[in-house]
Amino acid sequence: MTLKLYGEQVSTHLFLGTASYPSPQLLRDAVEASGAEIVTVSLRRESAKQRAGQRFWELIKELGVRVLPNTAGCYSVKEAVTTAQMARELFDTDWLKLEVIANPDTLQPDLFGLVEAARILVKDGFKVFPYTTEDLGAGERLIEAGCELLMPWGAPIGSGQGLANPNALKSMRAYFPGIPLVIDAGIGAPSHAAQAMELGYDAILLNTAVAKAENPAQMALAFAKAIEAGQLAFQAGLIEPRDMATPSTPVAGTPFFKLDNAS
Amino acid sequence: MQIVVNGEPTRTGAQTLGELCAALGFSDAKVATAVNGNFVAKRNRDDIRLAENDSIEIVTPRQGG
Repeated sequence: MTLKLYGEQVSTHLFLGTASYPSPQLLRDAVEASGAEIVTVSLRRESAKQRAGQRFWELIKELGVRVLPNTAGCYSVKEAVTTAQMARELFDTDWLKLEVIANPDTLQPDLFGLVEAARILVKDGFKVFPYTTEDLGAGERLIEAGCELLMPWGAPIGSGQGLANPNALKSMRAYFPGIPLVIDAGIGAPSHAAQAMELGYDAILLNTAVAKAENPAQMALAFAKAIEAGQLAFQAGLIEPRDMATPSTPVAGTPFFKLDNAS
Repeated sequence: MQIVVNGEPTRTGAQTLGELCAALGFSDAKVATAVNGNFVAKRNRDDIRLAENDSIEIVTPRQGG
């Protein structure tokens, strides 16, 4: 099933971050193994001597994937807006993963700053992918601001904890039935990604769990399969859990059957 | 004059942002710029005159999550 983001179809439900890989080759292998069509990128100060950014840009161009620039490390609306404007020129895209961070230890979104920055950037023509929490009110404000999708965290960035609050994520899915929802951050294992997809989420954005794996390409493949499995399961319709056992083998016709055993 | 480039105090003879980028070897490089916290598009760099203590950001693509 394809996913529509700001009117554009993407067919893979895994967005991959490009940071923290042991080498450019391992990044390339992981992107290819994941099948990701969208990768996140950032921008940083360039040194005239090292020119690291120019080399990284060449690699991204070779991969032939769509880039989603972020505003990672921005703690104010002003920083995020200026970073977004620089990213738009640099990467030649109006897509933006908007991060306005509240706290360096938790890297949680500053929801007030996020909504304010989203309003400014949507008016300026950006297609904003907001890194948010499960908060439903914040989600509503972001949609009012013009965001066509939401990206709630699973757990703090880089923590690998999985879905810290699955009940809230379930509520969020039910509350925004028509809005693409992407789990962004905190995913550690393919099972976490499968769980999110089973809840009906549309895509998973992950980085550290792949980049810091012993074998990033194989982990990327494992995530791709888990995401597909979770999506298939959601579409197939999961059963409701029950408190008590219920026999899966028919009771009628059981040999040696006595009424007492059936109770 | 004395300015700050990417957080580093820098002396420059450049009069405009465009001249500064050229002096630092970024003429042909894929960079984006901001002056005192405000974005300056590539096409406007030659029109932006630098002043003492201006704070300049020159950024490029980098790995991100």
